[in-house]
Amino acid sequence: MRFRAKVEVWLRHGIADPEGHTVSEAINALGYPGVTDVRMGKVISMSVDAESRDVATHRVFEIATSLLSNPVLEDVMVELEEA
Amino acid sequence: MTSKRVGIVVFPGSNCEHDVAQVLNNSGIETEFIWHGRSDLGEISGVILPGGFAHGDYLRPGAIARFSPVMSSVIDFAGQGKPVLGICNGFQILTEAGLLPGALQKNARLKFLCQEVELEVANTTSCATSLAHKGEKLRLPINHFEGNYTCDLKTLESLEANNQVVLRYLENPNGSMNSIAGICSKEGNVVGMMPHPERACDDLLGSIDGLQILKSYASNL
Repeated sequence: MRFRAKVEVWLRHGIADPEGHTVSEAINALGYPGVTDVRMGKVISMSVDAESRDVATHRVFEIATSLLSNPVLEDVMVELEEA
Repeated sequence: MTSKRVGIVVFPGSNCEHDVAQVLNNSGIETEFIWHGRSDLGEISGVILPGGFAHGDYLRPGAIARFSPVMSSVIDFAGQGKPVLGICNGFQILTEAGLLPGALQKNARLKFLCQEVELEVANTTSCATSLAHKGEKLRLPINHFEGNYTCDLKTLESLEANNQVVLRYLENPNGSMNSIAGICSKEGNVVGMMPHPERACDDLLGSIDGLQILKSYASNL
């Protein structure tokens, strides 16, 4: 089975997000009201061939936590759909 | 006595390896460049991970370098109590590899910093500060975007309690917790620091304070 996986990497709460802060200031400078909590993250997508959804999820989660993110600074979210 | 040889690991994107080699060579220490794809370190007494942008710093600085074939040998080498020094990008790689705790995140105020800073030696038992005295002031250059040392509070307390902070900024330039510029392992043989001692070893470069670091390191080979 082939799956399309999406990994989102976000800075953990409490870790400064200077890019998000800067973009937030730019949005405010443009005059848009009511926009707060701007955060910057990364999205990584990949195709995975595996015998089951569980196996694919496990594999992608392992990649996401060992290589794609640093657990000291970042959290990950993994989404999988059948391709 | 056989001469001591230091292995300087070269990743695709390293760019400070020749500077480190020259300073060590001038002090009578032999050096050898070790390509990151090698899995054995050969006959060496110390390892240095130099500055630069290993693997383009893609994902995060050190994220991909940590999985280079040479790194499992570096981890074994460190485990034997032998001296391992990571400078700038090398420090980032050491944290990614789990040889040192914490991580280096983007500088406060998203500022790339390229300047000379004043540092205080906080620990004189590490392999890179053993010839310095506690409280000694050093002027060394920094040149980084991700140098903001960060860890959880428990790790920070344990670093302080175990005397693992090696260098502190006198004026914190990048937002690092407790003004940390460099740390070491509990045993003191693995040291990581953001400042570049190799760029401050000649009067022509404005400071020779880096010699305190690299001569300390050489004395522990």
